[in-house]
This record gives sequence, structure tokens and C-alpha cells, in this order.
Amino acid sequence: MSTQVPESVEEESTTETASAGKQKRDAKKRERAERVQEQREAEAAEKARSADDTFHLKVFRYDPEVPEKQEPRFDDFHVPYKQGMTVLDALMWARDHYDSSLTFRHSCRQAICGSDALFVNGSQRLGCKTQLSDLSEPIRVEPLPHADVVKDLVVDMEHFYDQMESVEPYFQTNSLPDGELDEQRQTRENREKVKMSTRCIWCSACMSSCNIAAGDNEYLGPAAINKAYRFAMDEREGEDMKQRRLEILEQEHGVWRCQTQFSCTEVCPKDIPLTEHIQELKREAIKNNLKFW
Amino acid sequence: MYEHDVIVVGAGGAGLRAAIAAHEEGADVAIVSKLHPVRSHTGAAEGGINAALREGDSWEDHAYDTMKGSDYLADAPAAETLCKDSPKETIKLEHWGMAFSRDDDGRVSQRPFGGLSFPRTTYAGAETGHQLLHTMYEQLVKRGIKVYDEWHVTRLAVSDEEKPEDRNCHGIVAYDVQTGQVEGFRARNGVILATGGLGQVYDHTTNAVANTGDGVAMAYRAGAPMEDMEFIQFHPTTLPSTGVLITEGVRGEGGILYNENGERFMFEYGYANNLGELASRDVVSRAELTEVNEGRGIEDEYVHLDMRHLGEERIIDRLENIVHLSEDFEGVNPLEAPMPVKPGQHYAMGGIETDENGETCISGLYAAGECACASVHGGNRLGGNALPELIVFGKRAGHHAAGKDMEEAEITTGKVGDYELGEVDSPVELGEAGIGEDAVADGGTAADAGASVSGVDLVQRAVEDERETIDTLLEREDGIQQAEIRERVQKSMTRNVNVFREESALKDALRDIREARELYQDVFVADKSRTFNTDLLQTLETRNILDIAEAITLGALARNEFRGAHWRKEYQERRDEEWLKHTMLSWNDGRPELWYKPVILEGEDKTYEPKVRSY
Repeated sequence: MSTQVPESVEEESTTETASAGKQKRDAKKRERAERVQEQREAEAAEKARSADDTFHLKVFRYDPEVPEKQEPRFDDFHVPYKQGMTVLDALMWARDHYDSSLTFRHSCRQAICGSDALFVNGSQRLGCKTQLSDLSEPIRVEPLPHADVVKDLVVDMEHFYDQMESVEPYFQTNSLPDGELDEQRQTRENREKVKMSTRCIWCSACMSSCNIAAGDNEYLGPAAINKAYRFAMDEREGEDMKQRRLEILEQEHGVWRCQTQFSCTEVCPKDIPLTEHIQELKREAIKNNLKFW
Repeated sequence: MYEHDVIVVGAGGAGLRAAIAAHEEGADVAIVSKLHPVRSHTGAAEGGINAALREGDSWEDHAYDTMKGSDYLADAPAAETLCKDSPKETIKLEHWGMAFSRDDDGRVSQRPFGGLSFPRTTYAGAETGHQLLHTMYEQLVKRGIKVYDEWHVTRLAVSDEEKPEDRNCHGIVAYDVQTGQVEGFRARNGVILATGGLGQVYDHTTNAVANTGDGVAMAYRAGAPMEDMEFIQFHPTTLPSTGVLITEGVRGEGGILYNENGERFMFEYGYANNLGELASRDVVSRAELTEVNEGRGIEDEYVHLDMRHLGEERIIDRLENIVHLSEDFEGVNPLEAPMPVKPGQHYAMGGIETDENGETCISGLYAAGECACASVHGGNRLGGNALPELIVFGKRAGHHAAGKDMEEAEITTGKVGDYELGEVDSPVELGEAGIGEDAVADGGTAADAGASVSGVDLVQRAVEDERETIDTLLEREDGIQQAEIRERVQKSMTRNVNVFREESALKDALRDIREARELYQDVFVADKSRTFNTDLLQTLETRNILDIAEAITLGALARNEFRGAHWRKEYQERRDEEWLKHTMLSWNDGRPELWYKPVILEGEDKTYEPKVRSY
């Protein structure tokens, strides 16, 4: 990249003599790389062989760019088991020791970032929170249903985020205290009431499990409705705002689409009573409408 | 090329707060983050936010505790800024609707935490970080601030004047994880790094897999010094099998630590005769490991943390999340049995050198949050001081970058004024080594950019350099995979640069890092796809891990004393006459240069006199 001509010339003139040495070094480096890689593969194979227990995973694979992977398929991985190992641990092991192109989202490993919602043995779960020992083999690991697959286990989350953002998912109030150090008081009971709804980690497991959301692309879905519940039930927002929130929720593709199948509640990794929240909002909506008759 | 006034890298607590602050000042601001904002690691913070909110408490007391906790290695202007601004920033979160735990009178609850002289830790159950992250993201959505999510920032576009203090930051280069495109982002006013922690340098850590210290390493390679990197906080209560964090709130609420003999060792063996379990984190971590090393640990590995006596009602009210974590990740129901815990890497006190307005020595380059070192925490961070750091310094950096008039900083950055060069006896050659012929740490500067080159051109050249690097990686057909290199570093760091440190082990770590650097020259990406290529992403992250591991180890080897979290076998005393100074590491022509600058113990109204730190 240098523009200073004299330097380049100098470099070139030394290249000739250096080239033989460089070739040698390169060859050495290649050898070392091969040795390290072989060692690693051998160690992995040995670990898998000598483990008292291995788990058999069948993992969904697809990549729109790689010819061999354009046709979706399942790959088999046999992972040596360690006490406490989760589906995420197994996927990471498979990626780091067998196939580094195996692709999935993950980050915190402790059920708070919401990245690794997967379809495991036919159910939506967080990979990091699901113990291998609780599952029957072979363990089928697939991307979340009802979402476009980007690659392997990664799905497109745009639609989910759009729905979340469509319910005005932010605190709104007209009665902030004057002083910058004065709190808005909130009763312990009211905080308790919204507490479960605030636990959502946006993993999208609920949306993926919902039959209605699968058939109606405009349905807000359990997570977005729960987000609205979090604010509608917060006494600090006040009655006017609650009214407005109920209007959003009563729209054609809002709470009335829910058919109370409880699948969202069943799969929620944070145990949020989603169906109950949706039902409660339906009741609030009715009460609210009655007021105007 | 994209263009904005202010570009924030990272979307955790500090990044979101910085973006909101810049937006408040009318700047066109965008966030570029390798994760979607709600996936950021701030969400995993459990304990709380220290803020002097109540009668009987004061920011001065908070500042005193912070200075003492830091073992007098924090800079007083930064610590005082933190404590003065925290109350109103904490209440601002309340005004934004954050679901804090509440007292009977409806006010936000506070609880005791380690090393605090007043119960000033404001909290939302044991999920304060989750509530904070989501509340702040909501405010971002409300303001319509642009987020480029799943874009991995790999390089800063900084001009190449000889002295870092003369350089300018014009933007960044990022790689779109979804499509593989490498693009430039020009920042008209400034770039704010808010990339969080670096726990992935270790293999037993509470940190997310994404916490690879990207911001710190990028800034370092662009010329901003790393400060106090040897000060790594080990949290005393992490689950042994996974490193999952068990909040200090458990001890704050009255949880007790026991050894294998059922002895309450914090008192029994005199580790902290006054505060016991509530001594500062470094003290408790050393106590636990001493128990294990002296044969009183359980299964030679951990100790027990018992909270059963608190009663189910109180546990569920204030620590419910802990019940779930212990059950899900360790298979222990803490309502029925004590939890196994051991120390784990948790937090980096050091980072990119900044002043109390978040600015680095490079014009237009800012840093805030865990990746930064405004020098608030010194040798040891107090529990509950990380979240206020995010909101206080995130906001200040955002305002400053957006052009708001700020009071002049008292902390200086870069090699100005009083500094001395350091020396260290390294067993191997340091620094350098990279992908093919290029150095890993290649400055992040456009090679031949002079003063006449416009910001846009500079960003464009950095983009071209990065495209070349990535193409090289993807074109290579064989070599060594990043997982192998990363694992070697992580294992060596956990073995050699942990709670207890000694010279020979630190030298072993430097040798291992050197070897890893050499292996990295042959790194290759097996996945050839441009779509969501996590293999490539991790390979790029691994080069950051190398630089950071080296900095931590080098600083630890050089610091011949025992201060805060930095314990040295050969040096069992804090040596104020020689070591009241910050360890600085600058990237200098392919190798790290070690230097020191003095600690500022003079506060607004008083000077913090170093005292023996006992709890």
C-alpha cells in the first residue's frame, strides 16, 4: 500500500533473495497448521470414542449460498456427554470440533439474551436452558417454525421485531413528577402485577408456536400483546394511556384473534402466563367498551 | 457508505444511553451492533445500580466507598462524577418506566451490597440489567433511532499522524453478518465505542460469548492506550459448571458462605471480621480459593452459598431469578440446598483510556461502559457500580460527541504531562503476528493517509483494507481454525492469570499467547458462505482476544505489588510509594509499549488518602 516509490523498489530488490527462505517458512507454517489441525481432530474423535456417554443429534442444515447445502438436510453429530450439558453446549461442541460452518445464534448461555430459541424434538425451547439428559434420542434440532430460515438454525427475526414495535412498546405518561430526583410512586402490588410481563426476552418461541400467528401474518402475536400488557397494566401510565393501548390491542389483528390454545404459555422459557395476559386484556377491552354504551 | 453525525458501536446499556443522549442534543445518531440490542450482555446484570438517593446517604459517601473499594487506583474526578450523576440518571430510568422493586411507600427499593457503607443499591429483583436494557431500548424505539443490528464492527478509520494525540477518528468499518458485505460508516462528529466486556479471554467467565473485547482491541490498534488491563474482577459467586452469575444480592440479603466443614469461613478464618460475606469482591474471591487450596473446599473446587434461612417469601420477592438459574444450570434448588459457587471472571476494570467525558486521546473517538476506563473502578469495582457507569458515562459521551458544551475534563488522556516509561521482562517477543503477511494489529489507520485526505476517503480506504483481509481469510483453503487458537488462550489465561498470580505462571501465559499469535498467522475460515458466517465472525474476534490477553498478562507481570484484584505471590503488599499509577499500554509500530501515568486522588473538595483496606 505504500506510495513511497523508493521503499517499494528496495523491498522488491530484497524479495528475490528472501523468496527461498520465505518458501521454506511458508512450508513450515503449513506443516504446523496441518499438524495442529490433525491433532485437534484426533483428540475430538478420541473424546467421542472414549466418552461413557455420547448424545446423537440430528441438526437441520441449509445455506442458500453453498451448493451442497441449498437442499435442506439433517446432519448427524455424536457429542461426548458431560454432566449438565445443554443442547447449546452440544451444538457448540459440534461446531468447534466437527464442522465450523454449523450456524446458530447464541450469546449469554444463561437464558437472558433470548438468541437461541430453537425447535428441539418438536418443541420451541432455548438451547442453553435445555438439558440433553431430558430429551429422547436422536435429538432433532431445527430452526423455529413459521419463520424464514437464513442459514442452518438461524431464522429471520424481522417480522417478530416489527410486531413488537407496532404496539408502541415504550412507557408513556403525562404526569411525570417535577423534580429530577422525584420518583413516580408505584405500589408493590402493581409492580407485582406487571412483573411477569416484563420478563420477556424477545426469543420469539411463543410466536413460533402460535397457530394463529402462523396463519395470519398481521396478528400481533403473544409477545407483542404481552409487551402492551406490560404498559397497559402499569398504574403509572394513567387511564388515558390505557385507553389508547386498548384501542391498539382491539384492532382487527389484535387480542381477539387469540383462540386460547395456550401453546405460547407452554413454550415460554421465562414462564410468562401469556395466554392469561391476552385474556385479561380481552376482559379489559370489554369493560372499556361497556363504559361508552 | 453510510453517514451519520454520531455512530455508537455496541447496543448494551452504555451504547443505548449514549445514543439517546446524542439524540437529545439533536444529532443524527446511529447504533451499529453485532447483536440485536435486546441481546446485549447488560441484560445479564443482576444486582443493581448504586445511587445515593436516600436521606442519610450522600454522593460523597458513595465516592468514598468507591475510592476505597478501588484500592486508591481510581481517579477521583471520575469516581466523583459517577457518584454525583448517578442519582438523577437512576431516577431518569424510573421516569422511563423501568420496573424497579418497590418499598411499601411506593419508592424504589435499595439494598446492601459489598463494600458499601449504606444500602444504596437500587434494584429490580435479581434482573436489574434485563430491566435496564429493555427500558432503554424502548426509549430508543420511541425516538426512532437507527440501529444497524447484526453488523460486526471490525476496524476504526483513524488518520495516521505519528502521535495518537494528533489523530482523528472519522468512522468505522463493519461487516454485515446477514449478507457478508463490508461497508464504511462515516461519523461527522464522532464514534462512541460501547462494546462491553472481554470475558471470553478466559474460559470460566460470567460473560456472554459475544464479549470478546472488540472495542478495546480496535481502539488500541488505532492508537488509544489501554489502561489498567491487569485488573480483572473475579466474581466470588459463579456456578462451577457454567460460570453463570449468582448475584452479590444473595449475600446482600444475608446469604452465607460455608466451607466443606460447614464453617462460616469469612469470619472463622478472619478474612473479613467486620463485613464477612459483604466484603469487597476481591477479598471474598481470595478467601474462597484459599479455602479450596487448603483442603476445605467441596470436591476440591467450590464452596457453598446458603440462602435457605432467608425464607421462601423473601427469596422469591428479591432473588427469584437466582432460584431459576441455580435449578436450570446447576440442578440445585436453592430453596432446599446451598448453591455451589466459585470465583469466575466477571468484569474488566481496565479498558480504553478516557476522561470523564468519555473522550479518548484521539479526537472524535469516545468510549463508555465496560470497554472504557475513565478510571472509576481502579483496582477493584464495587458491586452495583457497573450499571451507573453505563448510564452516567454513556450519557456524557453521547452529549460530548453531539457537540454539547461540557465542562473541561480534569483527567488527561494520551501521553501528555507527567508520564514515565515502563519496563517488563518478557520471555518472548510481544505483539505483532497476523493474517498472512499483514500484522493482526495493523493500526486501523489508512496506510498513507496524510492531512489532505478527507474523512470519507479515509473511511473508504479502511473499508478496502478490511475487504482484503476478509477475502484473504475466506480464500484460504486450509490452516488452523479459530476455535483451537481461542481455546488455547482461554485455558492458559484461566490457569495462569487468575485470582492468584505469580511470575512464572504469568510468563507461561505470555509464551502461550505468543504461540497462539503464531498459529493465528495460519488461521482459516472453513465456512465459505457470505451468509451469516459465524466462523468468520469468531475468527475476527479471536484476533482481539489475542491483543487483550497479552495486555492483561503484561500489565500483571509488570505490576510488582498487591492491589485490589491484582494479587501477586511474590509481592504481598500494596506499595503506594511506587505504584499509585495507572498501567498504560500503547500500540507502537507493531509492539506494545508500556508506560505509566499518576493516579489522581484529589477530588473536588478533598483528597482521598490511601488507607489500609480492611472490611
